[in-house]
Amino acid sequence: MTAETVIKAENLSLTFQTNDGPVHALKDVSLDIKKGDFVSFIGPSGCGKTTFLRCMADLETPTAGDITVNGVSPHEARRSRAYGYVFQHAGLYPWRTIGRNVRLPLEIMGYPTAEQDERIKRVLELVDLAGFEKKFPWQLSGGMQQRASIARALAFDADILLMDEPFGALDEIVRDHLNEQLLKLWAKTQKTICFVTHSIPEAVYLSTKIVVMSPRPGRISDVIECPLPAERPLDIRDTQEFLDVAHRVREGLRAGHSYD
Amino acid sequence: MTRTLFPVLTVLFGILVIWFLAVAPMNIRVTLDQAARAGGDVVPTEAVERRNASTLSLLLNNKSYIAGGYDLDRPRLPTPTQVGQELWKTTGAMILKGRTWSKRSLIYHGWITLQSTFWGFLLGTSVGILGAVLVVKSRVLEMSLVPWAIISQAVPIVALAPMIIVLSSQAGIDGRGFPKALISSYLCFFPVMVGMIKGLRAPNAEQLDLLKTYSASGQQQFLKLRVPASLPYLFTSLKIGVAAALVGAIVGELPTGAISGLGARILIGDQFGTPLAIWSALFAAAILAGVLVTLLDRTQHVLLRKMGMRT
Repeated sequence: MTAETVIKAENLSLTFQTNDGPVHALKDVSLDIKKGDFVSFIGPSGCGKTTFLRCMADLETPTAGDITVNGVSPHEARRSRAYGYVFQHAGLYPWRTIGRNVRLPLEIMGYPTAEQDERIKRVLELVDLAGFEKKFPWQLSGGMQQRASIARALAFDADILLMDEPFGALDEIVRDHLNEQLLKLWAKTQKTICFVTHSIPEAVYLSTKIVVMSPRPGRISDVIECPLPAERPLDIRDTQEFLDVAHRVREGLRAGHSYD
Repeated sequence: MTRTLFPVLTVLFGILVIWFLAVAPMNIRVTLDQAARAGGDVVPTEAVERRNASTLSLLLNNKSYIAGGYDLDRPRLPTPTQVGQELWKTTGAMILKGRTWSKRSLIYHGWITLQSTFWGFLLGTSVGILGAVLVVKSRVLEMSLVPWAIISQAVPIVALAPMIIVLSSQAGIDGRGFPKALISSYLCFFPVMVGMIKGLRAPNAEQLDLLKTYSASGQQQFLKLRVPASLPYLFTSLKIGVAAALVGAIVGELPTGAISGLGARILIGDQFGTPLAIWSALFAAAILAGVLVTLLDRTQHVLLRKMGMRT
């Protein structure tokens, strides 16, 4: 268990200056994420989980503390295209077909056309969307659109996958299905995944590590190593072990709330 | 298409009915003056008294003359049929007689105006798009250009047009083509610029962040996101722009002493007291605008369909 550290945050703080005074989105957050981890960030709105993810992605700049991604600053990591980011809404470009949406990062990063074609085919198969290349986003269901956006993030060789509530807008049946597929994908690709969610069962089912966060100021209130086996069928959620972990997450969330 | 046809025809019918009914009160005085001069039995008999009488009382006291108002050579308000006949006489009938390009043909005059409209539209659209690109690219340019663009639209073009013509002839530019196109583009660029600023800013934060995570360059962001996102806005403003360009071209013909073009027809009709010529030129301009806007609308439909958008 001496995997290398991929993301390292030390006393990370981010304060937004607003008209109503400063808002402490993150305060003294420290966390190590190892290669191959599946880390979930869970907490109520305003706890800074998305802000933390955006700091890793260099979409926000912390006001204090240190954070490194692959041993370098998030800015350098972004320049070297170290991660794929999946947004809450699929965010597919409506004027591009599914295939061309997946091609977008490859075009920008200057892959040769033949390799683009080959990669598009491979990742669309990976998310079970083979044959949908020529469809436009509006012709697909919400779950399929989100799978396409995951394919888009997998199309180039980033070892890290940052996912910001990717299944938040989907119904529970679709969400279960996508969770199962995501675990398989993770096993197959060996990526390090950071996953922001509102849902306790989702966090417990997916993760090797669950980071419980609480608001005002945004901080980490508990880090739970999930003891469930790597192989996780959906009905593992009815086992006592699963319920115990879920219970501990709930306790952590409650503790964070009592602060108010 | 058929879905929009019915409401459009209903409104058209309503306008025709109102128009037709309005002819009687609008023309009654002219009709009575003519009848009195011809020795007819008109109430009141004196022209001065008629001037002071209300239109309603004139109509009620001279019912037998009302019909005459629908068949005047120089009516205050011509009937729809008169305008239709005049339009046909100056277009279709001209073609049948092989005189399509005669000076009396509205096809000839329409073609002159259409040329100015085309060049004005081209120039105005280019300036509008370029302006929008600059404004979106640079905050400084936004602050310096946008107020001037707005002020430019507050200046009445009718006041500006003669100066443009004088200045362009002073600059040694022959003919009216260039100043007319310039006046036309002056009206056209603004809606295009406003629409394109909106369009180029249409991408949301998530779509922009996505490109940032790819570490895309500014040029890539522009070409792969902002430009395609702006296309629906572009077409909407092009449709407004082309109508404005046509108005600009007609306005450009009014104070220039032009003898050809729809604007010149309107002016000459006014000076020679031939209202039918004015009305038919007006309708020719309206039909021309309708055709131009429809052409752009169809292009938009086909293009956006191709881009996978539901139109």
